[in-house]
Amino acid sequence: MAELTAVLASTHHPFYLKATTAPPEERIPQADEWKRKVEAYRETLTAAEPDILVMVGADHFHQFFLDNYPTFMIGKQNKYDATFYNEEREFGIPKYVLEGDVAFSNFMHQGLLDRGFDFSFSHELKIDHSIICPIITVRPDADLPVVPIYTNIFAPPLPSPKRFWDLGRAIRQVIDEYPTDKNIAAIGTGHLSLELGGPRQFGEHGPDPEFDRQAIEWLSTGNIDAILENVTHESMSGAGNATHGFMDLILMMGIAGPENADYVDQLDLYHTREMFMTWYPNKNGRQAAAAEQSAAVSGGTAGPVTAKVGVTA
Amino acid sequence: MSKYYVNKFLYTVDRDPRWVARYKEDPARALADWEKDVGIWLNDVEKTSWVSFTDEERQALINQDYVWLFENGAHFFLSLTLFVAVFEEDYTREHGPLSFQREFARKLDHWLGKDYPSVAL
Ligand SMILES: [Fe+2]
Repeated sequence: MAELTAVLASTHHPFYLKATTAPPEERIPQADEWKRKVEAYRETLTAAEPDILVMVGADHFHQFFLDNYPTFMIGKQNKYDATFYNEEREFGIPKYVLEGDVAFSNFMHQGLLDRGFDFSFSHELKIDHSIICPIITVRPDADLPVVPIYTNIFAPPLPSPKRFWDLGRAIRQVIDEYPTDKNIAAIGTGHLSLELGGPRQFGEHGPDPEFDRQAIEWLSTGNIDAILENVTHESMSGAGNATHGFMDLILMMGIAGPENADYVDQLDLYHTREMFMTWYPNKNGRQAAAAEQSAAVSGGTAGPVTAKVGVTA
Repeated sequence: MSKYYVNKFLYTVDRDPRWVARYKEDPARALADWEKDVGIWLNDVEKTSWVSFTDEERQALINQDYVWLFENGAHFFLSLTLFVAVFEEDYTREHGPLSFQREFARKLDHWLGKDYPSVAL
C-alpha cells in the first residue's frame, strides 16, 4: 500500500517569485527572510522523499467560470500545462508542464465517488497558481507526477467547512488504500485572512491578524472541533472577503487527521500572513531531523504553536 | 442587475491581452464591440439570446468604475485583476508599487466594518 509520507498545507502568495528574484534595490524588505523561510519549508518536503504529489488548489477563474464552475474536481491527465496569460502578466509566474499520473487519478476519482463525493473531472485541465505556487516554493524542479484536485472556495454558494474536512479525510483513506510502493505527499494551498478587491486589500498586514494566529493554532494542533465551532462562511467573510481559501487548509488538515503538525512557520507580510505547515503521518528520523533543522533556519517550530506567536503548544 | 454578464465581461477581457489593450485604450468602444463579438458567444456556433447589460452596468464598465462594481456585487477577484491590468503600470510609474491597489482600497473604505455586497448570483 502507498505510504503518505507528508502533508503540506500552506498559503500561496503569487508574488513570491517576483519578490525574491527582483534586483536587490527593488526587493521588498522581507524578501530575504521570505526566501529563507520558503527554502527551509522545502526541506520538510524533501525529507519525505515523495514520488507522487496529490495537490489541492482552486481555480481563480482562469479555466473555470460561472457558466460551469465545479465544486470539487479532479484532473485525469498524463500531462498538465500550467500558468495562464493573466498570471504571467500580473505575477510574472512562468509556464510549466507537469507530469500526471492517470492511474492514481482514476483510483482517487473512483475512491472519492465510492465515499459519496461526486467529483467533476477534467481531461483538459490547465493548472493555475494555486498549484504552481507550491511547485515553485517546495518542488521547484517540478519533477514529480501530480494528481490535481480543485475545490470551490471562490464562487458562492460554497461547500461548508465540515465538507472540506470530510473530503480531506476521504482523500486520506483513498491514498492509504492505493496499491503502490511509492511515497505520496499531499500538498495543498489556501489562505489565512485575505482581502481582494475590497477596502482591506494590500494593507501593511493581513486583514485579520487575530484570525490568522487563531487559525494557525487550530490547524497546527489538529483542532477540528474548534474550527467547526468557530469558522463559518460568515466568520471568514468577516476576516476578509477572500478568506474562504482557509477551507483548503482545513481540507489538508483532514488529510493529516486531527494531529499535531510537525513543522509550523509563518511570516507577517504586507497584504497577508504566510503560513508553512507540515505533518509527517509516520515520522521517521530523517523527517524529525529535517523539521528541527528547518525550524532552526526559519525561526519556525518543529511542532504546533498556540495563538500567542511562536509559542510551542 | 445582470451580475453574471458583468462578470462575463470582466472574465473574458482579463484573460485576453487583445481585449485588455482595447479596454484600456477606449472603454466605450471596447464594450460595444465586446457585446457584439464576445458577450453573446457560447461557442463557435451557439449564441446566448437573453444576456444584456442594464444601462447602469454599461455605464460602470465604460467608466471603469470599480467602486460601483464592488457595490453591486461584481466578483472581487475579477474586478481587481482586470483593473490592475488596466491601471497598475501607469500608477506604479507615477506613484510607486501597489499605489493603484491601495487607492482602490481607499475608495472603498466606507465599507470598512460593514457586510459587503454579496458576489453570489
Ligand atoms: Fe489564491
